[in-house]
Amino acid sequence: MSFSITEPSNRQKWIAGILVIGYAILTLIPLIWIIATGFKTPSDAIAYPPKLLFTPSLEGYVNLFTSRTRLAPEDLAALGDPTTWYDKIVRSYDMVITGPSRYGERFMNSVVIGFGSTFLSVFLGTIAAYAFSRFKVPLKDDLLFFILSTRMMPPIAVAIPIFLMYRELGLSDTRLGMILLYTAVNLSLSVWLLKGFIDEIPVEYEEAALIDGYTRFQAFYKVVLPQAATGIASTAIFCLIFAWNEYAFAALLTSGTAQTAPPFIPTIIGAGGKDWPAVAAGATLFLVPIMVFTILLRKHLLRGITFGAVRK
Amino acid sequence: MAEVRLHGVTKSFGATTALQEMSITVPDGSFVVLLGPTGAGKTTLLRMVSGLDKPDMGEVFIGGQPVRGLTPAQRNVAMVFQQYSLYPHLTVRENMEFPLKSPLLRTPRAEITRKVAEVAEVLQISHKLENKATALSGGEMQRVSIGRALVRNPAVYLMDEPLSSLDAKLRADLRIELKNIQANLGATFLYVTHDQVEAMTMATHVGVLDHGRLVQFGTPREIYENPVSIYAAGRLGQPHINILPADLFGPAPPAATKIGLRPEQIRQGEGQDSLVKRVEHLGDQTRLHLSFNHHDLITVTDAHTTLQAGDIVKIQPQHPFYFDATGARIL
Ligand SMILES: Nc1ncnc2c1ncn2[C@@H]1O[C@H](COP(=O)(O)OP(=O)(O)OP(=O)(O)O)[C@@H](O)[C@H]1O
Ligand SMILES: [Mg+2]
Repeated sequence: MSFSITEPSNRQKWIAGILVIGYAILTLIPLIWIIATGFKTPSDAIAYPPKLLFTPSLEGYVNLFTSRTRLAPEDLAALGDPTTWYDKIVRSYDMVITGPSRYGERFMNSVVIGFGSTFLSVFLGTIAAYAFSRFKVPLKDDLLFFILSTRMMPPIAVAIPIFLMYRELGLSDTRLGMILLYTAVNLSLSVWLLKGFIDEIPVEYEEAALIDGYTRFQAFYKVVLPQAATGIASTAIFCLIFAWNEYAFAALLTSGTAQTAPPFIPTIIGAGGKDWPAVAAGATLFLVPIMVFTILLRKHLLRGITFGAVRK
Repeated sequence: MAEVRLHGVTKSFGATTALQEMSITVPDGSFVVLLGPTGAGKTTLLRMVSGLDKPDMGEVFIGGQPVRGLTPAQRNVAMVFQQYSLYPHLTVRENMEFPLKSPLLRTPRAEITRKVAEVAEVLQISHKLENKATALSGGEMQRVSIGRALVRNPAVYLMDEPLSSLDAKLRADLRIELKNIQANLGATFLYVTHDQVEAMTMATHVGVLDHGRLVQFGTPREIYENPVSIYAAGRLGQPHINILPADLFGPAPPAATKIGLRPEQIRQGEGQDSLVKRVEHLGDQTRLHLSFNHHDLITVTDAHTTLQAGDIVKIQPQHPFYFDATGARIL
């Protein structure tokens, strides 16, 4: 039997194509389900058998962003006709909008904490990785192993000490506390990933810059950073995905002002446990920033994931 | 421009001693060529001067001042690396502007543009200025790398085999340009090459390195005409000097074990018979491969020679070099 490594046969291409498409559909089903549910009415959302075709509705989104209260029919009548399209939706359930929901705040918390910790992880990770890559650090291998070893157990295993520590330090339920926590968790990944990338950049470029009249820091900034962009971008994506989606610590350590979206979204379901479209709408919107971020950096990500194999 | 002096510089990498008690003076405005086979320590010597590596022992002086503890930037040296080291994320122009834009020089914009254009012209890379540095041939990269040094006016130019990947014509052009820069501007050059023509035509002084030691230092003619050892004699000369048993042609000085003969030290048409094994026409040179008393030797003859393989030609040493058992020259 003979085959070519460089050029797959047509049959191989077909098989590969079918496998990839099949896998993509499989992973996309829950996503499509969530997005679709966000546009259903609560009764459509829990219909059995599930409705594949339905009349789209923005009810989920209205409920996501508003607090509502039920009024007696005579009070409703006293209010007159609804003035906006969302008033109309709410009125059909004998309710009125009393104000915005907490979703916006929680979402902003996620943005600040997610991007803040990503920035810190990547920033500190780059500096540490550069030092590990270029300088004679005493006990370098031990230190690197130690850094990695912080990831050898699930971070949540230390939840109770962290919970107590945060309470003492006044970091519970603060954005700063969550940024620091996610940074600490992500830092080992970012140091290791980035060290790999920086190791690949020949030290000769920096030497040339030193000769050309730059200090070491300037050489790092002008020569190493641009070449590490790929690595930094892919590391940032990994860090952001973790911080963005983290649920356990967020549920444990935040309840009010600093609560992120993941622990908040399930609470939208409400007392009756009926508001699935609002939950789905919340989840859908929550996907958007990370999708945009990933798509923006996609070119780097693809190269980054295969690092070592394609450079040079 | 400045004098560069190394005093007793030793540098080891683990078990390898790359430089051993190296003392050498590169006079202000001179063009010093370092000769030596691969691994002799030439690059290491340049790195000591540039400050990229620190000596284990000894001292480096630039312009009479010890530079221990000074960063490469503070030493104000320009270096052409053996492996080019162009910044891959920049264009050719940006690469050449890079040193001028440094905090060290802070050159005005107009001056940068003028200087880069001028040097690009000299190096015949003007048409490639907007290329990415990675989108170049090896020879073009090498010229950009030279350009990055030439835009500056440093204390010393350090060049590590800067013309090695150029074709013969370009190499000849650039040889003249570099020599002009040294001669007209009084620039100091410390220059590594394996190329005999570069060494002979450009150098004001040649330093011969052997395993991290400086074994001979002098003008190119001195090194060629008065080598101190077999090793030094072997660094220059094309074809390579013939090293044969001392008494092959007759009596030799008592301590001599080897006789060294460059082509011009072999007189043809007189003396003893030798057999022509091969005639090589190289264009500018015609080489004779001879067999004499079971020993092979190579010499040069008239370009229009009628000699052919199998012919007999008489040869005789003329002012030969004699070397003792350690390879040192006997005077
Ligand atoms: N960073 C290093 N680590 C270990 N050994 C080194 C290092 N740099 C140089 N050496 C060793 O020092 C010796 C001198 O090296 P150097 O690069 O100076 O040689 P060179 O004369 O420039 O040779 P070439 O003509 O091949 O460029 C060699 O034996 C080399 O292996
Ligand atoms: Mg070298």
